[in-house]
Amino acid sequence: MPSQLMKGNEALMKGAILAGCRAFYGYPITPANEIAETAALYLPQLGGVFLQAESEVAAINMCYGAAAAGARVMTASSGPGISLMQEGVSYLAGAELPCVIADLMRGGPGLGNIHPEQSDYFQVVKGGGHGCYRNLVLAPASVQEMAELTMLAFDLAEEYRNPVFVLADGCVGQMMEPVEFPEVMKVTGAPEWAVTGTAATRHNLIHSIHLEPADLERHIRHLETKYKRAGREILRFEEWRTEDAEVVLVGYGIVSRVLKAAVERLRRRGIAAGLLRPITLFPFPSAALRRLSARAKLFVTVEMSTGQMVEDVRLALEGRAPVEFYGRVGGIIPAAEEVSDFVVRLLTLPQVEEERAWMAMF
Amino acid sequence: MDGYVLAQHRAHSFYPVFDRKPDAQHQTHYCPGCGHGILHKLIARAIDELGIQDRTIFVSPVGCAVFGYYYFDVGNIQAAHGRAAAVATAVKRTRPQSIVISYQGDGDLAAIGSAEILHAANRGEPITVFFVNNAIYGMTGGQVAPTTPVGAKSTTTPFGRSVENEGYPLRVCELLAALEAPIYLERVALGNNKQITAAARAVKKALEIQVKGLGFSLVEILSPCPTVWKMTPVEAQRHVRDELAAIFPAGVYRDRSKDAVPWNAPARPPGDVRGMLGIAPSNGKKPAPPGTFVDQRIKIAGFGGQGVLLLGEILAEAGMRAGLEVSWLPSYGPEMRSGASNCSVRLSTAPLDSPVVSSPNVLMALNEPSLRKFLPDVEPGGAVFYNRTALPEDCRRQDVHFILRPFTELADELGDARAGNMVLLGAFLQMSRALPLEAVGAALAHMIPSERLRALDLEALERGRQLVKEILP
Amino acid sequence: MALHGNLIVSIEECKGCGLCVEACPPKVLHLTQQLNHCGYHTVEYTGQGCTGCGICFYVCPEPGALAVYRLAA
Repeated sequence: MPSQLMKGNEALMKGAILAGCRAFYGYPITPANEIAETAALYLPQLGGVFLQAESEVAAINMCYGAAAAGARVMTASSGPGISLMQEGVSYLAGAELPCVIADLMRGGPGLGNIHPEQSDYFQVVKGGGHGCYRNLVLAPASVQEMAELTMLAFDLAEEYRNPVFVLADGCVGQMMEPVEFPEVMKVTGAPEWAVTGTAATRHNLIHSIHLEPADLERHIRHLETKYKRAGREILRFEEWRTEDAEVVLVGYGIVSRVLKAAVERLRRRGIAAGLLRPITLFPFPSAALRRLSARAKLFVTVEMSTGQMVEDVRLALEGRAPVEFYGRVGGIIPAAEEVSDFVVRLLTLPQVEEERAWMAMF
Repeated sequence: MDGYVLAQHRAHSFYPVFDRKPDAQHQTHYCPGCGHGILHKLIARAIDELGIQDRTIFVSPVGCAVFGYYYFDVGNIQAAHGRAAAVATAVKRTRPQSIVISYQGDGDLAAIGSAEILHAANRGEPITVFFVNNAIYGMTGGQVAPTTPVGAKSTTTPFGRSVENEGYPLRVCELLAALEAPIYLERVALGNNKQITAAARAVKKALEIQVKGLGFSLVEILSPCPTVWKMTPVEAQRHVRDELAAIFPAGVYRDRSKDAVPWNAPARPPGDVRGMLGIAPSNGKKPAPPGTFVDQRIKIAGFGGQGVLLLGEILAEAGMRAGLEVSWLPSYGPEMRSGASNCSVRLSTAPLDSPVVSSPNVLMALNEPSLRKFLPDVEPGGAVFYNRTALPEDCRRQDVHFILRPFTELADELGDARAGNMVLLGAFLQMSRALPLEAVGAALAHMIPSERLRALDLEALERGRQLVKEILP
Repeated sequence: MALHGNLIVSIEECKGCGLCVEACPPKVLHLTQQLNHCGYHTVEYTGQGCTGCGICFYVCPEPGALAVYRLAA
């Protein structure tokens, strides 16, 4: 057997373990539970730690402690839990601690529901916690990527000393697909900056407080430099049938797969459509979008939200081409046919033609 | 000073100069007469005496003691407000050989961090907590704390703490003494030299308990805050002795240090991680896909307990074994525990775009609500398997093929109504020929460990195939 | 009276809180009129009567403000 059938959530945690994760602190929430349950089953058998905390606030602060002590640590949650974890995420970023956080997005606001949405984009990609920091964010679209991108997340977290989110909609976590795990087995020791309770690390200090304005500015500039470096080094995206695309659909996670089907439908109707799928949401593939705008006359962002990532698409294109938005919420996954119908409607609407004509003047 | 020996001086576990402090590096940042400094000295001395400086990790709180790392020459981690006990929990679990101190004030521990301390204590985390109770928020400038005495004025109780508005002072030692796990809980005070000497003993004992690996220990220290209390240091000390001690009686609230036995985590060899995770060794070979084009977009629906999700999994597993591209997507959550249940399965010779099946070409409806819900979505020319011999009057369509058989009842005749999904699977296999029987057999062997159940499933599968042979010989 | 003990005050570390003055059993400590560089009236040992008991050290909040000596046996 080259591969085995597995749920996305299970593949995510098994990938994490293969990447050297030996500590998980979490709190139950649907649709992320299988991740904690997989961790609870295997980590103690591997000499690792699994602990169900009293809250998400405690869980993320336990991650802070474990990371400070040099553990490869992660947690997993969904929207309401991620909201509670934002305090700890800000502290992790401020103290430059590596931690992997899986967010299996569900419907909001408030209790919302447990069906898949992509409405945590703002709180994960654009911030959420206080202060000038960024999360590195990876967005898997398949069970295979749940494993692979989580493994990558651990490496990035350690290299950048920063929280890394695996941002997936609940759908990708719950679905089963064949997955094949790479052979690599990570064996990691504690990083040299960690506080491990030894003579060698006695002078190490983990903190996020910088009383003097000049000190804090220096620290924030240092963080900023890391984020810029990430923009050069870790950017990932997938282009699909964009070589001749005049209409570019933009979507991530499960939506990007629906969009591939939509591209096929549009092409059958004679519309040269393509797909750009951001795999890293921060850093965001802005340059790729700008490059595509040389040919594309229309960009259509599709999300399971009322429009969050679309703001980054608009910022990237800086008015070079019209950006339209199509979204479904509440747990409804848009169907390929409704997306293709939407695009066809857009292309026949006079105002879009006018807008395109107006833009062509520049 | 010939003939004299140094009897009491700066503990070794303090930095000789407080380099991390921005200015005035020779003295602490605490106000004159502050209890924090006194307690710091007791802790540093105990660390010296126990010989644990290299192993010690000091978790500092938010509050006046946020800068503990200025002073203690040990490993230092600064935590978010109230979370020191959670941070310390994970530090200790990551480094069991280290000595972890969680140092917290009353706002930090008894208000915002009340959940974290309660649960750390209840889990019996083998850490040492020093809880400084000065009955006020010091660093933020004198707001009411959970431990502020009734009637006491603060910047946020300008007319005095009232029972009606703020409740009664929270007694942490008494609260934690209701838990089973803590090994040692004691409240001490810094009201005079005698009390300070008792506090020194408690501090050392709490750390010794951790050195021996016995479990959770906490010392609550009633401590003066002359600045916010607006008293001289000497008056503040008297206030601790006379006023605070009356509300928070000093004493040992729990001491099981004599009976407790050290707990040592058994060392577990990592062994074969991939094997433990059930990861199949890769041989890099994928079965060849069938020669004929396959594009099955299957929606399976019924109520919980009909084996809806399992049927989908078996289809996906068999498809994968037959070299097809597959995906399985369930409805999930409360739905899967009661009431309706459905899943989408795709089997394809071409790479799969989306696992979402919005217009199925196969619908397997195991009950009437499922039929009503999904029949309109079925693509013209699609196949609909329905668990009855007749359709409801208002559920007819001319453009799809119906296979109407009581799969569940037929399974019941075989001995187990739960195998209805397998009867349906047999009918589907016979009709669509999308999957070779061997692949389905292999999937069942992989997924159904019980031989008895597997035999029943195979029988049910065969029954389903016969059904279709009767229609389409 | 024999000098059993002796006390060295680190003037720049003393914050003049007076807890040692209050606690000293033989009452041989007092606050001076001089101010140190931080502006505190610092403690001073009269030079007579220290028993080397160390109580002043225990009640002092500063890690290194006081050093107590005892006459070697």
